[in-house]
Amino acid sequence: MKEMSQHGEVWVFSESRDLMLELLGKGGELAQKLQTKLAAVLLGRGVEKGAKEFMGYGAHKVYVVDNPMLENWSSEPCVSALTYLVRQYRPEIFLFGSTRRGKEFASRLATRLETGCVPDCTHLSIDGNGRLLMGRVVYGGNAVATQLCRVNPQIATVPPRVFEKPAYKGREGEVIEVETKLEEPRTEVVEVKEIEAPKVKIEEAKVVVAGGRGLEKKEDFKILEELAETLGGQVAYTRPLCEDRKWFTDWVGLSGHKIKPALYIGCGISGVIQHVAGIRDSKIIVAINKDPEAPIFEIADYKIVGDLYEIIPALTTALKKLLKTS
Amino acid sequence: MLRIIVCVKQAIDVTQIRADPTTRHLITLDAPRKISDFDKNALEEAIRLKEKTGSEVIVLTVTSEDAKMVLREALAMGADKACLVRDLSFENSDTLATSYVLAEAIRKLGDFHLILCGEASVDSYSAQVGPRLAERLNIPQITYARKLGLEGDTITVERTLEDRYETVKAKTPALVTVTGEINEPRIPSLMAIMKASKKEIITWNAGDLKIPKEKVGENGSAIHVTEVLAPKVERKKVSIKGESVAEVAEELAKALIKEGVIGR
Repeated sequence: MKEMSQHGEVWVFSESRDLMLELLGKGGELAQKLQTKLAAVLLGRGVEKGAKEFMGYGAHKVYVVDNPMLENWSSEPCVSALTYLVRQYRPEIFLFGSTRRGKEFASRLATRLETGCVPDCTHLSIDGNGRLLMGRVVYGGNAVATQLCRVNPQIATVPPRVFEKPAYKGREGEVIEVETKLEEPRTEVVEVKEIEAPKVKIEEAKVVVAGGRGLEKKEDFKILEELAETLGGQVAYTRPLCEDRKWFTDWVGLSGHKIKPALYIGCGISGVIQHVAGIRDSKIIVAINKDPEAPIFEIADYKIVGDLYEIIPALTTALKKLLKTS
Repeated sequence: MLRIIVCVKQAIDVTQIRADPTTRHLITLDAPRKISDFDKNALEEAIRLKEKTGSEVIVLTVTSEDAKMVLREALAMGADKACLVRDLSFENSDTLATSYVLAEAIRKLGDFHLILCGEASVDSYSAQVGPRLAERLNIPQITYARKLGLEGDTITVERTLEDRYETVKAKTPALVTVTGEINEPRIPSLMAIMKASKKEIITWNAGDLKIPKEKVGENGSAIHVTEVLAPKVERKKVSIKGESVAEVAEELAKALIKEGVIGR
């Protein structure tokens, strides 16, 4: 006979479906370790289909609050629903997706429950005492801090694409519909403008060719684009090109997109910690820079000291030749 | 008169942190301190509102360290008054404990219309103190503002989310956290710096706010940090050299194909 677990459930919540699936993967692992159940929390209206899917991806239970007040993710109704659920069913661990909304909900919930919340975790595991070990990048990418929460629920938020989406298991589970009085929203959304999504997500590119301040003109990115195209990859930018020179809007770095392609080629990039923190998990890092002292060389697999305006086109030519014959 | 409180953190300048190469421990003690970047944006926005509406701007910080220099800078930028809540017992406070002290200090400061914070601090980047403080003060909160307007008792904020801009209204008193997009913080003139030395810095400790020891520091924090280590660097660090650019390029191309990391 299976021994009953001493541990409370592991819960996951995100308003983003993709993140929810990633959380179900990691949450399932943690629940298994603790020999407890994995539960998904679902807020909104007409959420039945979602409940089925989440069970298919591993949730033993789905707690559903079906209420139109939750539909547009206003803070007060959502946080009051979450607070009620936690007080009623007492999970031990609660993982949130690190969207801007998710982080806000997690912080407010943690305050109401007088507990801690560790945001943007990139490492989650269970220690010898059955507590959740939470690792996150701190000090602008200079360090990874490992933290424990002394109070239950232990709340953590997890950024997109840190953990893998699990395989579809087609499992069935228990749906628990909960009704509770929700707090009225204290903010009113009067207008929404969609931000045009880039055609290709830089996080999904297998090869990234990134340019930094070593590029003199915006037009010079043409040579990087040719290289990226030859490699079947994407071009990316550093923060100064976006914030100072205003050439582009989206950068790679700790405060921007964090990427882990198979191949990263940094061209004319000095390698300040802010940028490095966003590319550190790349499989192979190539650095091309005029300055032999550039810090990016410290984290590179292949280093070329030289003029990117000469080397990049030559590299494109060499690759075209080699890829054609191979 | 309108009253705006700006919460600022004396943060570690993360661009100047070093790590011990053998132990991978960070050397934070002697790293320079500064006003956290987005808190400066919050302060700038408060000063702009003051210039439009004639409000009073109070800058508030909670710390276990000396933070007078940072507050003098805030006063030079244009804050009217500063409030330093400093106590050694605050050391190692997490966001649960820090938001508690901020809330107590704000209650003692009295009525306010608006609280502004940065979206997150540059050193720990948790983005929690703003929402936690709003929760403790039981006021509406709008995070990630890129534009802010105030008319009567209504604030209108345009906020940036991952896939959309939302324009949101709320009644004051309210709390808003701002992003770096919202403005370009001013650099104070020499004149402003000199004038700032005469402005008032209210200094309180835990006792002045009747804050019990079990609410702050390690005791009052839910989060315990077990380890802070610089990441391991395990890279090949192969220098590719050659007689000509073409030769170097070909060497690299061959190496990359061998690694099996090329997309097609």
